[in-house]
Amino acid sequence: MKIIPIVPAPMTEVELALFEERRKIYPRSQKGWFSSWRWVLVFFTQILFYGGAWLHWNDRQAVLFDLTTRKFYIFGLVLWPQDFIYLAVLLVISALSLFLFTAIAGRLFCGYACPQTVYTEIFMWIEKKIEGDRNARIKLDDAPMSVRKFSLKSSKHLAWLALSLWTGFTFVGYFTPIHVLAQEVFAFTLGPWEYFWILFYGFATYGNAGFMREQVCKYMCPYARFQSAMFDKDTLIVTYDTARGEPRGSRNKKVDFKAEGLGSCVDCGICVQVCPTGIDIRNGLQYECIACGLCIDGCDQVMDKMAYPRGLIRYTTEHALERKLDNKSMWRRVFRLRTLIYGSILGLIILVAALSLAYHVPLKVDVMRDRSMPKVTDTGAIENVYRLQITNSHEEAHKYVISVKGAAGIEIVNQTEIEVAAASVIPFPVRVRIPAGAAEIGSNRIRFVIQDINVPKINVTEKAVFLVPK
Amino acid sequence: MADFFNEGWSIAIAVVVLISIAACGLLLWSQSKVKVKLGNDGKPLPAGTTGHVWDVDLMEQNNPLPRWWMWLFYLTIIYAVGYLIVYPGLGSMQGSFGWSQAGAYEKEIKDGEQQYGPIFNKFMNMDIPAVAKDEQAREIGQRLFLNNCAQCHGSDAQGGKGYPNLADNDWLYGGDPETIKTSILNGRHGQMPPMAAAVGSEDDVRNLANYVMSLSNSAHDPIKASLGKSKFMACAACHGAEGKGTQALGAPNLTDKIWLYGGGVDNVMETINKGRSNQMPAHKALLGEAKVHLLAAYVWGLSNNSAVAVTQAEAGAIKQIANAAVEK
Repeated sequence: MKIIPIVPAPMTEVELALFEERRKIYPRSQKGWFSSWRWVLVFFTQILFYGGAWLHWNDRQAVLFDLTTRKFYIFGLVLWPQDFIYLAVLLVISALSLFLFTAIAGRLFCGYACPQTVYTEIFMWIEKKIEGDRNARIKLDDAPMSVRKFSLKSSKHLAWLALSLWTGFTFVGYFTPIHVLAQEVFAFTLGPWEYFWILFYGFATYGNAGFMREQVCKYMCPYARFQSAMFDKDTLIVTYDTARGEPRGSRNKKVDFKAEGLGSCVDCGICVQVCPTGIDIRNGLQYECIACGLCIDGCDQVMDKMAYPRGLIRYTTEHALERKLDNKSMWRRVFRLRTLIYGSILGLIILVAALSLAYHVPLKVDVMRDRSMPKVTDTGAIENVYRLQITNSHEEAHKYVISVKGAAGIEIVNQTEIEVAAASVIPFPVRVRIPAGAAEIGSNRIRFVIQDINVPKINVTEKAVFLVPK
Repeated sequence: MADFFNEGWSIAIAVVVLISIAACGLLLWSQSKVKVKLGNDGKPLPAGTTGHVWDVDLMEQNNPLPRWWMWLFYLTIIYAVGYLIVYPGLGSMQGSFGWSQAGAYEKEIKDGEQQYGPIFNKFMNMDIPAVAKDEQAREIGQRLFLNNCAQCHGSDAQGGKGYPNLADNDWLYGGDPETIKTSILNGRHGQMPPMAAAVGSEDDVRNLANYVMSLSNSAHDPIKASLGKSKFMACAACHGAEGKGTQALGAPNLTDKIWLYGGGVDNVMETINKGRSNQMPAHKALLGEAKVHLLAAYVWGLSNNSAVAVTQAEAGAIKQIANAAVEK
């Protein structure tokens, strides 16, 4: 019998987990021009957010979205469900602004104003204050658990949680009066939904800004994925000047690097260390890049140290790089047809919305004709009954006078004056009479005019139909 | 409850649902590993592309998803199983919470009654004229009226053909507060039988109609009316010898100029020939006694304006009674 030896074939393939274990990023803190602008935006948005809820106006919270009574208070303006169009307009303005800013200078929103990056930045600042900068944090994470590590970590999480809960509290404070909410929090008498939303929003802040961070931008946010649709070759983007930087390499400051055949990049890795999404900008524009500009700050400082000109990494356009445009002609191309169209549509919509808000009439009327048959009186006059739903959306009581137009001798039979209390709706039945023969058989168009007795500017005209039987 | 034609369908659907959930988990698990080639140094090479290419050079990169997201998928599957245990969804199984749409609806109605019931109930202990003087009661009454009565009687309560005017002082069954309340609670069925056979010929009917018109001094032919007078005997049983109507029967007063189906000889002839049948539905089961009480007060107030007009002192006293009723 012949024995066949079993020889293991050399392995050419290996099975790996498809799902990637997360690599923790330790961004190094960075100061500079762009970093300062980020902090300006942090303060601007957060003073607005944390502070706005506490402002007062007309004996009430200045900005309050009262969902139970469906009234949205924004300073002097009270919006009712019927004013929902303004929300649509706000969304259109936001979308167009995003198009415009992205077409001009890339992901400005991501880097500077997006809550995800803003809160991540605040959380990272807290982290740095407690645990130290990049190297200290890496060392701390690698070290075994000790009293010091435990106290640092727990104080960081306590600080994060405190800020998160405050954020959740403020958020709910826009939907339920924040002064009352504050008292309820300390008396432990919150309603179940208030508890839920404070904790939910707080937890979302803690999780997103403390742990998820760049994962949200990379894997959850759709904007990262469709930004390329808004970019073109004249969009300002954070770019590494490959032609000038390569070949990269370390060098002695005193030696002429050009003679050694090196580019300007000293390969110090600062741009990678400061990046909050953990990318290397020298690989070109990547979808992970949130355009925060920290790599520019970092690189410029190294360039200063080396006494090289700044701008190895800078905001520039693809055209500017390719065609070696100077700054002036690059900026001229930034204001191109596309951005001008975005800009003018945006301006137009803002103007129309502002005018419409300025001429906003705090009176709304819905006219409903009774479904019953029209009534014919002894004299042959025709009567139709309508129900006017009169909404006084102003925070003061108003007195209105109601008139009707549309046919000869048309008149309202019952009372024509009505007072409506502040911010309320009343049903008001109206009997309208047209003398015999004054209107054609069938449906006739009539108009109700509802006018404030004291302020004639406040008036509404509503169309209605008057039926005349055969 | 029979959600399906038979138990078999319910089981079949439950099986499909469970297999689908299990298949999702299986797919996830089977796809969580990838085979990569080893390089010359024995280390695995990057996963590279999936090998799918479109439009010449558009390739699908094999970029791995983060692992935490994979766990979220598994969590979703666990959630789905938990949901099906707690809530109905698996065939006709009711779920361990016993939740149902009908149950949720009933609970909401009950909660609503608990929340708003006291507002309606506080007027129950007050008599109707007093309720009619209360401003809050009138506001509630108007809303109830617009939602439940205006479809027939009109938004201004002035009725129309076949639907009585509630804002005047003419009443088919009586306009005192208790009668109005009874009308709303139990409904009314006003019926006038066809009388042509009892009256006689077409001419007799015309003469009678003219006589009826003469009762209220409306336009009529006096000769025909005098001929028709004797025929009124057929009507007197309900409308009374003088034609003043009988509220106990709901028989209308014929001596005023108010006509439920329109005045004039022709309309009255039609009524005599064909009779009339008028139905007001009962609202007791629909609205409950407390709301009907408020409605009765509102309707009574419509035709008793002077009684409803209150001085400020009176208004204060009424409010006190109402509040006392709540505290009780």
